[in-house]
Amino acid sequence: MEDTDDVSKKDVITKLIILSSRHMMPGDLLYKIYALRKDVIVKETCFGAEVSGKKEDVNSLIRDIRILDPYGIFIKERGFPIGDLRRCRAASGGGARPGFHQIEVEAATLPLMSRALSEYDMGVKPTTHEKPTKLDVDVFKKIIADCLHSL
Amino acid sequence: MSKILIYPTNSLVLADLVDRFGHEPLSIPQEIRKKVTSVGLDSPPLNITPEDPKIGLKYAAVEVPSGVRGRMSLIGPLLERADAAVVVSDPEATFGCMGCARTNELVNFLIRAKKIPMLELPYPTNEDDARDFVYKIAEFLQSSEVLKHE
Repeated sequence: MEDTDDVSKKDVITKLIILSSRHMMPGDLLYKIYALRKDVIVKETCFGAEVSGKKEDVNSLIRDIRILDPYGIFIKERGFPIGDLRRCRAASGGGARPGFHQIEVEAATLPLMSRALSEYDMGVKPTTHEKPTKLDVDVFKKIIADCLHSL
Repeated sequence: MSKILIYPTNSLVLADLVDRFGHEPLSIPQEIRKKVTSVGLDSPPLNITPEDPKIGLKYAAVEVPSGVRGRMSLIGPLLERADAAVVVSDPEATFGCMGCARTNELVNFLIRAKKIPMLELPYPTNEDDARDFVYKIAEFLQSSEVLKHE
């Protein structure tokens, strides 16, 4: 890797790779990333991996990684660099780091999203369900009147 | 490639879908990255300076709490660059940067006031909803109103 002092920090981005895959575990993902021989820093995590590097390197890596499991790999950007002490749980006494909760909530929907993406690519159209209409005010008034009358 | 503002602005699912369908998601980590990686010792550790609530004054009055204005100094520039928006209506989890209800209301108002193409839909809770969620977002991102900004 190039000396980080020479790299403009504005060009360095960090991305989170979050797995919801039947075929790949975080360790497998890491080996695939190493095999691509890109000029990036990689960290294996419980949910997938974090990659940090120059924007063009990271974006190129992301394109290659998505191909491995198009419906099981989800990616978002991260503001803080990998291992940043301001966000590191080891340095801040444990607990969930800021940003974890949003991922935790959305991770529950990832299996649904994987299946939906796969079906979208197969051309499956969503089934339209008629939403139950709201009760008309006049009908509701009549129900109230009937109930009161029957008392 | 159009610039698509996502709400919640730190959403994993929305950022991924927008990127997957060939557009650039505008999410809050981009703005946070600029803050935390810029060289400066104005206000360590996060470089939030008294200038930030002043930037937020463009979007919210001086009586508004500084937390709202501080958040708007991050979200406001994203909003200005946005060509279109994908909004999850009433998300149950708004943590971290999204943890301020008044800022969230203001962002939703400003998205609508900007009159950019907008898709609003709820988070999926079952398979049918997820299929509908992906289909609507994909169709919106490939629609002519979004593609004309490319």
